[in-house]
Amino acid sequence: MRQSRAIDVSTGLFVLLGFAAILFLVTQITNREFSLRSDSYRLQAQFENVGGLKAGAPVSMAGVTIGRVESIGYDMSLFKAVATLRIDARYDQIPNDSDASILTAGLLGGQYIGITPGGSDESFKDGDRVEFVQDAIVLENLISKYLFSQAGNKDTAGDNAPAAQE
Amino acid sequence: MNHHQATAAGGEPAAGPDDIAALHDVDYSIDGKVIFRGIRIGIRRGDVTAIMGPSGTGKTTLLRLLTGQLRADAGRVVVDGLDVARLGRRELYALRRRMGMLFQNGALLTDLDVFENVAFPLREHARLPERIVRNLVLTKLHAVGLRGAAHLQPQQLSGGMGRRVALARAIVMDPQILLYDEPFAGLDPISMGVVMRLIRSLNDALGISSIVVTHDVREISQIADMSYILSDGQVVASGTPRELHDHPSPIVHQFMEGLADGPVSFHYPAPDLREQLLDRTGAT
Amino acid sequence: MGLLADLLANARGFLERVGAMTRFFGQLLWLSPGALLRFRLIVEQIYNAGALSLVIIMTCGLFVGMVLGLQGHDLLQRFGSEDSLGTGAALALLKELGPVITALLFAGRAGTALASELGLMRATDQLSAMEIMAVDPMRRVVVPRFLGGAISMPLLTAVFIMVGLFGVQLVGVQLLGVDQGQFWSQMRGAVELDDIREGLIKGVVFGIACSLIAVYEGYNAQPTAEGVGRATTRTVVISAVVTLVLDYILTALML
Repeated sequence: MRQSRAIDVSTGLFVLLGFAAILFLVTQITNREFSLRSDSYRLQAQFENVGGLKAGAPVSMAGVTIGRVESIGYDMSLFKAVATLRIDARYDQIPNDSDASILTAGLLGGQYIGITPGGSDESFKDGDRVEFVQDAIVLENLISKYLFSQAGNKDTAGDNAPAAQE
Repeated sequence: MNHHQATAAGGEPAAGPDDIAALHDVDYSIDGKVIFRGIRIGIRRGDVTAIMGPSGTGKTTLLRLLTGQLRADAGRVVVDGLDVARLGRRELYALRRRMGMLFQNGALLTDLDVFENVAFPLREHARLPERIVRNLVLTKLHAVGLRGAAHLQPQQLSGGMGRRVALARAIVMDPQILLYDEPFAGLDPISMGVVMRLIRSLNDALGISSIVVTHDVREISQIADMSYILSDGQVVASGTPRELHDHPSPIVHQFMEGLADGPVSFHYPAPDLREQLLDRTGAT
Repeated sequence: MGLLADLLANARGFLERVGAMTRFFGQLLWLSPGALLRFRLIVEQIYNAGALSLVIIMTCGLFVGMVLGLQGHDLLQRFGSEDSLGTGAALALLKELGPVITALLFAGRAGTALASELGLMRATDQLSAMEIMAVDPMRRVVVPRFLGGAISMPLLTAVFIMVGLFGVQLVGVQLLGVDQGQFWSQMRGAVELDDIREGLIKGVVFGIACSLIAVYEGYNAQPTAEGVGRATTRTVVISAVVTLVLDYILTALML
């Protein structure tokens, strides 16, 4: 029976190694954030244009991820896109006049929401709406803005009126 | 001792009430080839019964019909009073526990040693204390003369030894019927003698019935109580070895004497030799 | 017209095999819970299929990782993004290379072992002997082997990926000078729990498929020497094709 004990030991080692590998993968190569579902609160933000923002995109302040975009919908009465943000409950002192902008990570990276703190003494509570928002910068709009401004300069040469705003 | 009479070629004795197993008018074909046609065989309780015949007459198929591994197309296969075809899986397995079979190549499990091989049925079917298992296994190994080989691996055994271990395994559960599939094939004379002796002595000592499928006429004639000779899916003769020896049928005679030519022709069917050599028939 | 007839015959044969294998799979699933009670047998088979495959899996994992490091670095360097080596390699290993290569290696080492063992048992009448001894060979011999293989595969996949990452790191960081901090942090930033889940699910599915094919071919091998050989060859070929087909299907489903 000595042979079978050796087999038992080897098998045990193998199985342990396998599980250790899985554990390694789970802990060492992913973000240590686990689901924010448990302790978090919701905020709402309405945008004219969300650009390439997707559900699951990060919400960050000063570059630190404090939450995720839970869902993006379209409100038919407001004619605006409505993004629901889930913020980690640890960050419960965001001034309620802070602004949410849709930013791009890197030159060609994914889009995310960055929150710039305001000066109010009161903080956001669960269900609040973010008043001040900045839409995503859509490349086409930027280009046509630029073209318009150039055209404006040419047409009104000598005219000191500022370029037409979109 | 024998109540069956030797019959003229083509006739079969009716199965008697003393039979532990019997085939009643059994038909069996496979892939369109007819193996058995209305075959009738009775195995008397306590006998060593031999089933003989030229190669390919389906002797092994017969054993598989008895164990229920194959199902007859027609007729009844009865073992220990039970119609094998009618048994459910559990009952069939219960019946098989009362049978033991020795395969041509031993069929020992290659990943177990000799002791564990013999102990295998015990471990699978009964929850016995280790001490009892050990005693049973060693006793059976002793009966076949291999108690000292208990810790060898099957690969280390010679053909004859392997077969003896398989025999020990077949009797470890004290079966009522023992089936032997070509037990003498490929053995040297000494081993053959050993196996012969074991078949006979186990049969008598354990009070079992043995069915031996073989074509080693000389060997089996020394130990069989009753023999059947099959050919073409039928029983062509049956009787004691003595009776068969004196049998008038030409095919029985050819078989018993080992004659090269007779009803089983020496030449495979072919065109006339002279024609073929002179290239007149057009065959290759 | 002979070709068409041949093709039709092949198609019919193919359908027959698929049907037979499905039925066989059903039997295995049915008998699996009972077989778990005979834990001893399963442990032996996990050893047989898993522990004995460790060396080849780890060796190949290391080298695959190292090649990934080399190629990945070279590729990313053209875009100035060497720092993303960790991300790229981890995702490639986790989602595709890990499960698929492990499955192919498994089929080659463990699959052939399973098939040839069962084929040999078939050819030497051991399975028949068991039946006559009133022991169901499916329960005693086939199901434990199937479960041993199916359990070992995901574990082997995880080990392959882990060793692979080590290999990438070995080449990328130690050899080619990618910043170690960037390597791991970029990876952590980009790899999600979902990606790991994908890789492990693939490992489980491939494990079940390859083990099924191996035990099926072995159990149904022709009881001759050539039959066993053919069963072994078929195991590898069919496992490879099925793995790659399943890979596509699973990837499409999970993305």
